[in-house]
Amino acid sequence: MTSQVSTEREPTAAKDVRRLERVVIRFAGDSGDGMQLTGDRFTSETASFGNDLSTLPNFPAEIRAPAGTLPGVSSFQLHFADHDILTPGDAPNVLVAMNPAALKANLADLPRGAEIIVNTDEFTTRALQKVGYAADPLEDGSLDGYQVHPVPLTTLTVEALKEFGLTRKEAERSKNMFALGLLSWMYHRPTEGTETFLRKKFAKKPQIAEANIAAFRAGWNFGETTEDFAVSYEVAPASQAFPPGVYRNISGNLALSYGLIAASRQAALPLYLGSYPITPASDILHELSRHKNFGVRTFQAEDEIAGIGAALGAAFGGSLAVTTTSGPGVALKSETVGLAVSLELPLLIVDIQRGGPSTGLPTKTEQADLLQAMYGRNGEAPVPVVAPCTPADCFDAALEAARIALAYRTPVFLLSDGYLANGSEPWRVPEVEDLPDLRVPFADGPNHTTEDGTEVFWPYKRDPETLARPWAVPGTPGLEHRIGGIEKQDGTGNISYDPANHDFMVRTRQAKVDGIAVPDLEVDDPDGGARILVLGWGSTYGPITAAVRRLRGIGHQVAQAHLRYLNPFPANLGEVLRAYDKVVVPEMNLGQLAALIRAKYLVDARSHTQVNGMPFKAEQLAAALKEAIDG
Amino acid sequence: MAETTETAPHLLSLVPKAAGKQTMKDFKSDQEVRWCPGCGDYAILAAVQGFMPELGLAKENIVFVSGIGCSSRFPYYMNTYGMHSIHGRAPAIATGLATSRRDLSVWVVTGDGDALSIGGNHLIHALRRNVNLKILLFNNRIYGLTKGQYSPTSEIGKITKSTPMGSLDAPFNPVSLALGAEATFVARTVDSDRKHLTEVLRQAAAHEGTALVEIYQNCNIFNDGAFDVIKDREQAQEAVIRLEHGQPVRFGADNGKGVVRDPATGDLAVVEVTPRNEADVLVHDAHAASPTTAFALSRLADPDTLHHTPIGVLRSVERPVYDTLMARQLEDAVERQGPGDLGALLAGGDTWTVAG
Repeated sequence: MTSQVSTEREPTAAKDVRRLERVVIRFAGDSGDGMQLTGDRFTSETASFGNDLSTLPNFPAEIRAPAGTLPGVSSFQLHFADHDILTPGDAPNVLVAMNPAALKANLADLPRGAEIIVNTDEFTTRALQKVGYAADPLEDGSLDGYQVHPVPLTTLTVEALKEFGLTRKEAERSKNMFALGLLSWMYHRPTEGTETFLRKKFAKKPQIAEANIAAFRAGWNFGETTEDFAVSYEVAPASQAFPPGVYRNISGNLALSYGLIAASRQAALPLYLGSYPITPASDILHELSRHKNFGVRTFQAEDEIAGIGAALGAAFGGSLAVTTTSGPGVALKSETVGLAVSLELPLLIVDIQRGGPSTGLPTKTEQADLLQAMYGRNGEAPVPVVAPCTPADCFDAALEAARIALAYRTPVFLLSDGYLANGSEPWRVPEVEDLPDLRVPFADGPNHTTEDGTEVFWPYKRDPETLARPWAVPGTPGLEHRIGGIEKQDGTGNISYDPANHDFMVRTRQAKVDGIAVPDLEVDDPDGGARILVLGWGSTYGPITAAVRRLRGIGHQVAQAHLRYLNPFPANLGEVLRAYDKVVVPEMNLGQLAALIRAKYLVDARSHTQVNGMPFKAEQLAAALKEAIDG
Repeated sequence: MAETTETAPHLLSLVPKAAGKQTMKDFKSDQEVRWCPGCGDYAILAAVQGFMPELGLAKENIVFVSGIGCSSRFPYYMNTYGMHSIHGRAPAIATGLATSRRDLSVWVVTGDGDALSIGGNHLIHALRRNVNLKILLFNNRIYGLTKGQYSPTSEIGKITKSTPMGSLDAPFNPVSLALGAEATFVARTVDSDRKHLTEVLRQAAAHEGTALVEIYQNCNIFNDGAFDVIKDREQAQEAVIRLEHGQPVRFGADNGKGVVRDPATGDLAVVEVTPRNEADVLVHDAHAASPTTAFALSRLADPDTLHHTPIGVLRSVERPVYDTLMARQLEDAVERQGPGDLGALLAGGDTWTVAG
């Protein structure tokens, strides 16, 4: 068990090896089977091997739904390739089904000819009945046309661990590592990282660590020796796809957390997070709470309102203030967002969107909070909106949202979603010295001379260029002032109910947001002759780009543009839209961006929408776009 | 992780001192005070402005945060930093400010509707966390700014615009509520008693952690005379129980009444003091570790007649302060992990290199 053989394993040449350009694998099992961990490990092995990759974890909201049932199925899909890829893949080439429920829940997504590895130990009469199988699908011919590998995963795992003196139940828990070992053999994945990971994860339980490693190795050896697996596959590193640099695999929520820490450092301001746990945003709270040595304060509040309230209080005190949440939380925070608009203080509102309305689909993705972010407040309360387009892009988008918040003294929405949050991809680690400088000065003295020549401080006297008001933090002598949610007089900030002043202030707050400097929208149209534009925003970037590539591959000219700034829109957006005969807007909502651009630019944009809690599939999206081209 | 109160400097020492001597005038802003003539808020404002110079803190390091309601206009009249926020949320906003800036003296001004109705959740959580905030709860037992609906401290059966047949809900006793919410400092005082009010403010300011001060405040427009029984010299003899730490709890004409513990139930009762029971009269201990007796004292008050209403400091105990603990975790993290290295953080985890 403590043998010091090399942990790096290479398949022998005895078996047939085939080269593949890309593979989509889906691990599926009970919520308690450790499928997310298995997927994460396979992803790490794949990342360290140098493939491009994209992942799609998919799990129920229940922590442990009843075992063996369809609602309890948890899955993890991974797409990896020797070239650059954009999505987690439409359909798996390989399904690992740990029980009948996992098979039944996922079979419809599999193309004929796909490989299915099933844990035959779980295909008992009772388990089959539980999910409504009248007959055993492994025997009734319903899986003809698939390459089925029946493997008694549980039995083999228990057998492999019999020397460890574990109970049968304890030993069975390592069956996911057996499956991981088998798949690692099949796809020539490096194994060292997983063994190191297991030793670290179970550092306090070395016996469990070694048992998991033994199960992992047993799975690998099973592939190597059993005749059922005659072929293994190689997917070469995607060396052409990546510019030189140091890379790591990163999920959207981790990238976003790092982006916030980086923004704090680049702004030379302490980071303050006021938050209330909510799926799928909680991981940002967890991550930031681990980095207190960066001066990060994380405050788990009594509710969503207090989360943003504390953040706003910290912003008043001169912190880079953030609140993280999902759609239902945004609804609760709305009044405080309005206060932040009125106070004109920097504040980041991170919304990891999920299926709605109400509680909706907590663990599934959707883009249906765009209009809530744009308009979900009383009165005229404009808030800038920034949306990342890939998991790794969450890092840059966080820095950009912070730049806008700080420079313009405004709350800013950062709209990520469940797909970006939990999905992952390779990320080129940036050099710290290349990060943008986000520092803004605090007010430090009077900024106005009254008619009688007195030097005074006016909290609402604006920078003529940005229209930002001064940020005067408590502790600065001579700048004592009072701000509030009541309308205030231009300049002095004193309470004012004057009609003309209110009209002026409403328009000025709008003008400030409208005037935020954002880069022009870039259009991708390689041939320059496209008459149709596909416009997206946020996490649909991957599927849209993949779909557009397919269409170009079959000879269509299609232009593509993707919005990072939803408020304000890039200055050239109207011009871009008017340059095409047709504009198609795919969204994971019922057409919210389409409604915005139709209203603002009077362009007959067509919506293509999907709200099934999952990202678009490239093939289906390509078909829909083709219809738009032909129609 | 107990706070070493013996050696740690007093939290007030983290707030910079004023350069010179201050007067009440230094704390008056240039804004015209816009409460109704005769409102109790004027007296409280004057008492706070008059007390502030005594603290001797740099006024730029003092912040008043309020919610919504008549009382919440208070920050506009203080020549310090201030925020008039939204309904009920002042404790949450002040928590963010106080926990991120320990060099500030942060005060919350709120009312019975703001603190106990729409903002009840934030109030109880601030108290249990023991954030370093001084919360002044102006209780007039009515909604003033919305023109006269009953409030969560109004007596049952209150006839108001929204309850023409009488209100149905039992009122909160703010002091009882605060004690139940793990408050470390709870006091009650009255707008018109400047001396008592100032003494309570003094003790609240010196307290490390959250201090809740309930101030009975007369709304002469919508609930005039609500506290007359406490303010009228003669009636007050029956109504008010003045608490002083270390003193027997006695009141009434010639201190003829006292509070004793019922040995059977442990509850408190008001009795005529006689030579036989004089030794049994409760001696007030504001520093008692258990809030039980303070709570029992708070329950002596009759919500309808206000008879036997205790005023003064009911509870003042030491408990680790949230802000201090939070700051210490940051220091500990630096000690354990070293100061944050962004480059190392970003390049952490499993990495691989793509060569040029």
